[in-house]
Amino acid sequence: MAESKKTPTKIEETMEGTVLFDIPFPVGDDLSGLKHMGHILIKQPYSIEYLHSYGQDSPFFAGLANRRFVTNREPETGHTYGTPRGHDMYTGKETEWVEITGEGVVHAFTVCHFGSEEFLPECPFVLVQVEFPGVDTLFLARLVGVDPYAASLDWIGMKVQPRYKRLSKFKPTDVYFVPAE
Amino acid sequence: MYEAAVRANEDARVNPRRDVQSFVTVVEDFIEGVSIFDEYVPGQIEVLLKPTCTTRGEGIHGFITIKAASTAELSFRERSRTHLQGGKSMRTVYAVSGGVSKFTKARQDKTFPAVVKEAYDYAIADLGLEHPQFWEIVDGTVASYFSDHFARQLMAAIMAQDYLGMCPKPSHRVEGGGATGGICFQEGWKAIASGYMDVCLCYGFETMSHVQTWKGNEFIALASDVSFDYPVGGFYSGYYAMMVTRHMKEFGTTVEQMAHVSVKNHMNAYYNPYAQKRQKLTIQDVRNAPMVAWPLTRLDICVMSDGAACTILASEEGLAKLEKASGQRVPRVRVAGIGRGTDAMRMADRPHQSYEDFLKYNLLPSEDTAETRAYYKSLWDRGFRYPGVHSFRAGRMGSKEAYKNAGITDPLAQIDFVELHDAYTSSEVQTYEDMGLCRYGEGGPFAASGRAFVPGIDYGLNLSEEPACSVNPSGGLIACGHPVGATGLMQAAFAIWQLQHTIEKHFGTPELQVPNAQRGAIHSHAGTGTYVTVSILEREA
Repeated sequence: MAESKKTPTKIEETMEGTVLFDIPFPVGDDLSGLKHMGHILIKQPYSIEYLHSYGQDSPFFAGLANRRFVTNREPETGHTYGTPRGHDMYTGKETEWVEITGEGVVHAFTVCHFGSEEFLPECPFVLVQVEFPGVDTLFLARLVGVDPYAASLDWIGMKVQPRYKRLSKFKPTDVYFVPAE
Repeated sequence: MYEAAVRANEDARVNPRRDVQSFVTVVEDFIEGVSIFDEYVPGQIEVLLKPTCTTRGEGIHGFITIKAASTAELSFRERSRTHLQGGKSMRTVYAVSGGVSKFTKARQDKTFPAVVKEAYDYAIADLGLEHPQFWEIVDGTVASYFSDHFARQLMAAIMAQDYLGMCPKPSHRVEGGGATGGICFQEGWKAIASGYMDVCLCYGFETMSHVQTWKGNEFIALASDVSFDYPVGGFYSGYYAMMVTRHMKEFGTTVEQMAHVSVKNHMNAYYNPYAQKRQKLTIQDVRNAPMVAWPLTRLDICVMSDGAACTILASEEGLAKLEKASGQRVPRVRVAGIGRGTDAMRMADRPHQSYEDFLKYNLLPSEDTAETRAYYKSLWDRGFRYPGVHSFRAGRMGSKEAYKNAGITDPLAQIDFVELHDAYTSSEVQTYEDMGLCRYGEGGPFAASGRAFVPGIDYGLNLSEEPACSVNPSGGLIACGHPVGATGLMQAAFAIWQLQHTIEKHFGTPELQVPNAQRGAIHSHAGTGTYVTVSILEREA
């Protein structure tokens, strides 16, 4: 089913506004009208930068920067995770690092026509859960190279291959997927 | 036999270990009977030293004399009245009252503590009490709100506690994503059931209007793994849309079946004055709405809201104090059982279990038939794995535990209504399956069948079946709104009113009263199914 962007019928609200330094208030001792006063709405800016450590998952991001897809495996049971995990959820034991090709199939997908504020400029974009052969769990990624306005359940099962960003951002989006050639 | 004995003892308000002086038992075979008692009815076997008559055959085997208990004895029995939860003896908990503020896009006319007070004042007024009277009785509170980001106020809960005039009584805040309100209800239940409190106020709120919608979506998406999920395009509607594309692929679920949920819940909300979106829609309206995350449109998804809700829970003794203070009787609604489940934060990490493991860990008693086992085996034979990303294992485990504790073996037949967490139409469809209202894979047809609709309401749809268990008679999250910390308590308040048969009193119109409602379930769900709570409420005569 083809999707197309509809013509907008409203202008999005923004947080810009007029700086107000005064507001009407009753003159004199009669304060009875204050119960009927409307509310005052002000803007309170808030921003912060965090120092976020990837901790035991750091080798994954280092791998992406070197165009290699490494993930974790429980050494005894062989249970392998599509997304790195320092300890196995069944045995509780520490996992080891293994390398996979990154080639797989689409397990589930969506097309985001809207998104969180940070990602709005990138809409529409395609999210996929990738299923790797021989790997027990999935990996969340972007899929490019498909028409986001032609979403179809037939995309599930599509063979995909990884592509790596040349300039690493040390984020999971350093790898994304395209339909396999 | 054990469950029957426990239920009989509960109904008779006796503790067999303390209150029963003698037993008369009738068994087909004496030796077999004794062994059965030994294995399954420990409450009786432990008192075998007391006079016991065990016999077989037809005819009169003995006479019993029933002596009226003394006032002191009755009082003792009341204090010791127990309710089994997970095989452990807990006190009976009553959900006695609820209050809900009007849910809207933005409540800029009041601060959040003042909105909580609206819900609180309503709940105590419904009990016939004023604050000073209630304050003398209430032992403490549990508070819930989801996001410090939305609040932009750390320790917001103590501000509500303060504004309500609840200081210096004990309190704590709970948080568990979208399930925050449901967790709050269950923490209040624990306070009463454990004997820590006799009366507990549970209140919750959220002020999502502090930021614009798309920034709000960003805040919510921070409830996904910020190393691996959020940076890829963090957006909860996208996460749930991924889950349902897999559901559609696995089971053939259609967008039109999901749209039935939207039409139903918006229409129900048409009769609910507390709801944020009271709309009469068609399937086509839902599908023609702007696409948000394929295949979910704007009318498949709940909106952000400001609002508050509260619930008052009490023990038998607490209820007596409340009734004494108000001079009015409270219709009895008992919390018959609670359950809670969890699953991996990243949906990518969810297991893909074998058929055998599913039977061992996840099968509901109502599904344990040869026919349903064969049905599930056929799913596995064609590649289905559980839970994957298409099913909420936490919802199944929460339901399973709650049903066990409440003695529910056939949820569709034994539950009259469910207020469940329909942040998305798709998640309502998936939750039908988790809660055993239908089998995994049958949620889509169930949604469109009419079985989850409210009797007597014209939805403008051709429904093939009669209502069996009304789901989200209030309108659910999709239509009522979803001020996260309040939502689970809103569900509890609506469930109390359903079971007290007072929907008309509170809504001003009777359409949404589920006829002769005796038992209801409330279901609260956090991010992609990480925490899920299920609580069963029952009307007592």
